[in-house]
Amino acid sequence: MPTIAVDKAALFEALGQDYTTEEFDELCFEFGIELDEDTSTSDRPVINGKQEPAQLKIEIPANRYDMLCFEGISLMLNIFRGKRDAPQYALAAPAGGQLECLTAHQQTSRIRPYVSGAILRNIKFTQARYESFIALQDKLHQNLARQRTLVAIGTHDLDTIRGPFTYEALPPEQIQFVPLNQTESMNAVEMIKFYENDKHLSRYLHIIKDSPVYPVILDANRTVCSMPPIINSNHSKISLKTRNVFIDITATDKTKAEIVNNIIVTMFSQYTSEPFTVEPIQIRSPHNHQTRQVPDLTPRETQASISYINSCCGLSLSASDICSLLRRMCYTASPSSASEDLIDVHVPPTRADVLHQADIMEDVAIAYGFNNLPRAFPNISGTVAQPLAINKLSDIVRLEAAMAGWSEVLPLILCSHAENFAHLNRVDDGTTAVRLANPKTAEYQVVRTSLLPGLLKTLRENKHHSVPIKIFEVSDVAFKDMALERKSRNERHFAAAFLSKNSGFEIVHGLMDRVMLMLKSAFMTSEEGLEGKGLGDSAYWISEVDDKTFLPGHAAAIHLRMGGKERVIGTFGILHPSVLERFELRYPVSTLEINIEVFL
Amino acid sequence: MATDLTAKVLDVLSQTDEPILSTDAFPSTPSSEIKSALDRLKSREMVAYETLDKDEAILTPEAEDIAANGSHEAKVFEAVLQAVEGMKISDLPKAVGQESAKIGRGKAFKEGWIKKDNDILRANRESITDTSREQLQTIQSTRTHPDPKILNDLKKRKLVTMHKVISYKLSKGPKFARQFVKEQTDLTAEMLASGTWNTVSFKPYNFKSMGAPTGSGALHPLNKVRHEFRQIFFEMGFEEMPTNRYVETGFWNFDALFVPQQHPARDQQDTFFISDPPYADRPREDPQETQHLPNGSASEPLPKKPKQDYEQYFENVKEVHETGKYGSIGYRYPYNDDESLKLVLRTHTTAISTYMLHKLAANPRPARYFSIDRVFRNESVDATHLAEFHQVEGVIADYGLTLGGLIGFMEVFFAKMGIHRLRFKPAYNPYTEPSMEIFGFHEGLDKWVEIGNSGMFRPEMLEPMGLPPDMRIYGWGLSLERPTMIKYGVRNIRELLGHKVDLNFVESNPAVRLEKD
Repeated sequence: MPTIAVDKAALFEALGQDYTTEEFDELCFEFGIELDEDTSTSDRPVINGKQEPAQLKIEIPANRYDMLCFEGISLMLNIFRGKRDAPQYALAAPAGGQLECLTAHQQTSRIRPYVSGAILRNIKFTQARYESFIALQDKLHQNLARQRTLVAIGTHDLDTIRGPFTYEALPPEQIQFVPLNQTESMNAVEMIKFYENDKHLSRYLHIIKDSPVYPVILDANRTVCSMPPIINSNHSKISLKTRNVFIDITATDKTKAEIVNNIIVTMFSQYTSEPFTVEPIQIRSPHNHQTRQVPDLTPRETQASISYINSCCGLSLSASDICSLLRRMCYTASPSSASEDLIDVHVPPTRADVLHQADIMEDVAIAYGFNNLPRAFPNISGTVAQPLAINKLSDIVRLEAAMAGWSEVLPLILCSHAENFAHLNRVDDGTTAVRLANPKTAEYQVVRTSLLPGLLKTLRENKHHSVPIKIFEVSDVAFKDMALERKSRNERHFAAAFLSKNSGFEIVHGLMDRVMLMLKSAFMTSEEGLEGKGLGDSAYWISEVDDKTFLPGHAAAIHLRMGGKERVIGTFGILHPSVLERFELRYPVSTLEINIEVFL
Repeated sequence: MATDLTAKVLDVLSQTDEPILSTDAFPSTPSSEIKSALDRLKSREMVAYETLDKDEAILTPEAEDIAANGSHEAKVFEAVLQAVEGMKISDLPKAVGQESAKIGRGKAFKEGWIKKDNDILRANRESITDTSREQLQTIQSTRTHPDPKILNDLKKRKLVTMHKVISYKLSKGPKFARQFVKEQTDLTAEMLASGTWNTVSFKPYNFKSMGAPTGSGALHPLNKVRHEFRQIFFEMGFEEMPTNRYVETGFWNFDALFVPQQHPARDQQDTFFISDPPYADRPREDPQETQHLPNGSASEPLPKKPKQDYEQYFENVKEVHETGKYGSIGYRYPYNDDESLKLVLRTHTTAISTYMLHKLAANPRPARYFSIDRVFRNESVDATHLAEFHQVEGVIADYGLTLGGLIGFMEVFFAKMGIHRLRFKPAYNPYTEPSMEIFGFHEGLDKWVEIGNSGMFRPEMLEPMGLPPDMRIYGWGLSLERPTMIKYGVRNIRELLGHKVDLNFVESNPAVRLEKD
């Protein structure tokens, strides 16, 4: 969630009320934003001999792009508190009646296909407004525009450039201009190099760097205005004195281009000589059928069902009740002439997050107050509680192991490739482990295929514990399984480790016997003949096995015969000293690991 | 040895009715031994005693010498007085020793006891009073000095050091006897057989010490809390979902939940993507999947094998994102099928809820599902974040559910965990609308704490599955770790989950009762 810092005194002035921190926190809570911090009581930095004024740091939910600046927060809170109505945004052509024109060339489809824009005519900046204007662009770039990949915003002093404008895609060598706040002119190839180590801009270079053509906005004199999504030109840069702002929006996502454009102009048109009025521009983009006039600030007309809203909220509001609640959430709504159950809703251009009548219903509930809604208890429609079979089985094994005196541990499921294979003297044949593509550390490279690494790491981290140490875990490992949709499956394992001055081989063996007994499996020796013993359906025996994880001659495979089917369900043994060394263990350790899914 | 001492104590006490001091009666016995003997007698009320703590002044070896032979200056005076013809300065060390000569001469001058006549020292008077010696002798005999100033001065001059001395003032107890009867420590099988249990005297049990440690296994604290949550769900009629599937697809983890493909949660920074295996299949019925499904279900049995059109589901999801459907205008962006088929480690168990709700759509009916299982986030690890944690998730599907019902349900649900004051904040979540953050008032911290997220699933998520529009579904979730950390004051999540957890913590963590703790 983005956090917006606003000047406390200025906000309270805009709200026409001084709130205590608690009161303001309450207001935010009801509306669904969150007061993160009020800096009025904390140490604030002193800049140029003046202490920074007190700020409110407010967390804005990710869908409210219209509240990413001071202007939006104060406007929406004022509307919510019934202090004013939602503004009606208007478009106005310039004095001569001729709209500025921006023509997109076909080449731009290769790199950044969509363009939009607008003009804010006769705007009056102050220091605070100017800073807010810059900060809003930054917040939009970071959030909705996903680090400028989807949308980039350029703003220009219109009085330094001259339409008609073009949006082109040119080879980088042919793009030459002085970038913002620089003095030297350079071409785009040099510019990419120049900004390679720039703390701020370097992270956007990848968006166009390897493209044969770079996007560029040019004026009628072929003066470069901007090279989106990297940088504007110094020539057209805006300042406190700028009166007419030309905004260019370029994008790879055309829906988001218009959302960003609408947010910028609706928020800052309140500072133009005719408040909430925006000068549109003409986009010519015939090659991709995007020729149109922008921005389109017409509210989206939709309808919402009164019975739907009431039934979701558990209320019985009239159409007019609902309309006045919606007014506080920035809508214009009126009972519909089409049906008694409908209201006509105008969704303002600021509320791109409203997709469905569910969103309108939620806003009714917010305006009504979540905490004022009549409480109910959902009717019990005769559902039957039931544990998942594999979890019930796991709990049996867990309780038996704990009752036998073993302590449960809960290591991580992700581990390094080496921990899962090489450390255990196991070889990865490429068919078992699920590998991660983008872990941040080498600790997380694969999903474990065995519970042993986690147990051994737990032993390693508990050297201060008295010996013997007896630990176990019942949890899932995962294997590749190309037959399944998700190409992977989990398997529930039970594993235990015993660490002491002696190996404890027969102790983990005894734990295995105990668990088998509890799972109604009878022990048999191979001498008895595998067809022997008529003790139920399930029987197990062990046999020596050659397994590099264990000391030679001290490892056993556990065989289970169940339902006439025989399989190896696990192994136990004394860990090989080379395994102990890799897990930094200085005492002998015996381990046990079995797949318990067969007992389902 | 200790028994000998108890006998001696009884012996000493039998000779008098007055209280006696242990330091007088047993001056050379260490006080710890005296105490254990006295405790044994006291526990039987044979002896009463009180402990006396006293600071005693002890002479240093130098001071012992002064007390015995006089101060340096007195020695000098005596030597000079004895020398009838006076004493040459250079002869003084020979007479009184190097050290006394050095320190004592100046002092003796200062006191006016001696005078100098060229290089000859002569006595100034006939006799002197050696105050230092007297003071030290007083201390030697009384172990203190009435004038604290003097005591301090002597301490500074390193002639005296202070020692804490414990002594005991003992007297006869109510059950005093000359003889200490030998006692049995425990009831044995032999005593029962011989009948001597009736005549022997038993040593009293020490009610002030802990018993012998019992060997014990232990369940992990986090799983104990998990058990409590599961119980609450069972009490409220919930069925456990098959969350034993860590690897999910972009489709089930995100797309089906109406999370747009450009959503930041789908960033490399937030989600673990899988490199091997490379891609998932399009959604389809997996033969093995049903094996983990519970046998019976909800109010009526599942139809034998619900035939569901997964391809249609995929297309519905795509359409609702790309162009809108079911009364939604959608996100209006080009949907990329490949993004759906990317494999990820599930970032939430809601992926499984989605899978279950899609199954439910084959036969829509009221249902309550829950799960508590591991989820994965590609986060940088710190005190409150791990790449893995447990998500507790609940889902209620029914006709005619209201927002007030969700609130009412949460009040009951959290009351079962001992949280009785809740309030709800509007929030945003791509797959729920309305979305409510749940805050609980924490008495200990004296503030509102966020304890979970909840909401009603969006029509854009449910209707593509084929669920009827009038079926509404609550979903809510919280982490298992966070409430556990708050409840038990654990500061670092790594002390709770993972291999760095202290086994002593696992073994000594008390049983969990969420409604009481």
